[in-house]
Amino acid sequence: MLELRNISFHQGDEIFLDDVSLLMERGELNILLGPTLSGKTTLMRIMAGLDKPNSGELLFDGVSVLGMPVQKRNVAMVYQQFINYPSLTVFENIASPLRVARVEQNQIGIQVAEVAELLQLTQMLDRMPDTLSGGQQQRVALARALVKKADLVLLDEPLANLDYKLREELRAELPALFAAMGAVLVYATTEPTEALVLGGNTVCLHEGRVEQFGPTLDLYRTPTGLRSAKIFSDPPLNSVEVECVAGQFIYAKSRQPLGIKIEQIPDGSYTLAVRPHHLSRKKEAGNEIEVEGNVSVTELTGSETFVHFSMEDSPWVALLHDVQDFAVASTIKFYLKPQHLFLFDSHGVLVEWQSEINN
Amino acid sequence: MSIQKVQNNKAWFMVLPVLILVAISAIIPLMTVVNYSVQDTFGGNEFFWVGTEWFQEVLASERFHNALLRTLVFSGLILAIEIPLGILIALAMPKRGWGVSVCLVLMALPLLIPWNVVGTIWQVFGRVDIGLLGHGLASLGIDYNYTQNNLDAWLTLILMDVWHWTSLVVLLCYSGLVSIPEVYYQAARIDGASRWAVFRFIQLPKIKRVLLIAVLLRFMDSFMIYTEPFVVTGGGPGNITSFLSIDLVQMAVGQFDLGPAAAMSLIYFLIILLICWVFYTVMTSYDNDEQSSGGGAQ
Repeated sequence: MLELRNISFHQGDEIFLDDVSLLMERGELNILLGPTLSGKTTLMRIMAGLDKPNSGELLFDGVSVLGMPVQKRNVAMVYQQFINYPSLTVFENIASPLRVARVEQNQIGIQVAEVAELLQLTQMLDRMPDTLSGGQQQRVALARALVKKADLVLLDEPLANLDYKLREELRAELPALFAAMGAVLVYATTEPTEALVLGGNTVCLHEGRVEQFGPTLDLYRTPTGLRSAKIFSDPPLNSVEVECVAGQFIYAKSRQPLGIKIEQIPDGSYTLAVRPHHLSRKKEAGNEIEVEGNVSVTELTGSETFVHFSMEDSPWVALLHDVQDFAVASTIKFYLKPQHLFLFDSHGVLVEWQSEINN
Repeated sequence: MSIQKVQNNKAWFMVLPVLILVAISAIIPLMTVVNYSVQDTFGGNEFFWVGTEWFQEVLASERFHNALLRTLVFSGLILAIEIPLGILIALAMPKRGWGVSVCLVLMALPLLIPWNVVGTIWQVFGRVDIGLLGHGLASLGIDYNYTQNNLDAWLTLILMDVWHWTSLVVLLCYSGLVSIPEVYYQAARIDGASRWAVFRFIQLPKIKRVLLIAVLLRFMDSFMIYTEPFVVTGGGPGNITSFLSIDLVQMAVGQFDLGPAAAMSLIYFLIILLICWVFYTVMTSYDNDEQSSGGGAQ
């Protein structure tokens, strides 16, 4: 069990981590989700013991490990770059943590063979790392982390440099591989979809602060704040500034009514947000809200269509199934169900609400 | 077909300027040397064909053997000192901050000084009467005189070359070292690798190529050394520091034995060519190994 208590890290005026507190259990996958420079790598470096936080406490199984040098902590780390010893064979690379730990020779052979089998590297044990493809090189790095039987395994965007196909393949294998280890597993990524596929728990990081921490699906379904909702949305979350005047919502820009009435909400400024795939072209239930905008560009992928349009001067995007084309600058109408709406107050905190349509 | 022929002719025409330049700067002078090496002259522009006689004479002469041996020992010592020292200094140099530029400038300074100036500097530096080194050692009670003592002469030359050229090894190694991403060191720290293991398994493999070039350059350069020992010791005391190049010049210019000198310079040239070829083969076969096994992975 890894516990971070009020960890802060800054260099000069630059704040990298601000009061981070987390609790991570063994055998669970913990995803650090956030854009670049949100503090994912810094957090990992502190967990590993490569950097020392300016304040806060780091406990492993209840014991403070802050003063312990990296070598003494049983940590394994895999990086975005494929890091292997260039002059050693794949076998020796995988065996290297065991050699440092002075494991017996025949034990090394057995354990390396076992891990190589798991990661489909058996055929390549005699090869040099730079003769392997990127995916295989990363498998070697993963094998090194796996064979070490570390208490804490840190994976820093391990799949980011791989091509699409390999990424999908390894992403499917990884959770199962590491789940059996009983280590605290931390996985950093910038991609919300990756977090969803991997499951486990997710930490939403924004500028060195934890926005939200909990089971990945909970975070996706009920973000507690506008920031975590934005971090956990790909394509980006659509949002628009609205105002509540006497229980009646109007657009902040055009002062037009939205057509929804919300009970027991104090007057003031709010942000209304909706995920791109919740925008629909069809009216189904009858209680939908209608939004309208001008198409700026339509992106077609094989099976989906991204329609970018401006909604009250905010850039919105809708994700539609099938390939549909819309003329630029044409007016487009979408319907969205009230239960898919997120409402955030002026501080970006989610507001619980009950809707009532008045039309 | 005909079109292809025209293109080929054009290609030859394009390399013609280079051919002419190389001919004037290298091939024609070399042929003159070849011409001298197979003939004897008694002045008055009269030449007699002697075949391989000069070559046999040079190869059999003890003077040549000794000079060759001295040169090889000198090069060996230079490599044995400058390569490890260069690596050590490169490892100790800062990787970032203002120290980098300071160190780089300091390192580059000796390389900017012309060879004969380096020789003069050390010639004065080592003099017992006025030189900082020579006089300093003498006042410490150490008997040092590079003009009389064989060992002192060698020490002075080696020290001078180390001072002059170690920077080259340092700069080459340093360029290799800074190209290693920081994460490698980070990964090694997490693995619990020792300082030696980091050098042996991360740094050394990554600087292997530049190191090979450094070894090649330093070997060739020290093997052909002429100017500095000529200025400092002039080959002495006796002929204890007369390396192949100095010996050659003495024979050609001092004694005006053009025939043997020409034969000797050709042998000298072939030795260097041979070593170059060995190095080149080693380096390219090493590259090919990597590429062919790399290709196998595709």
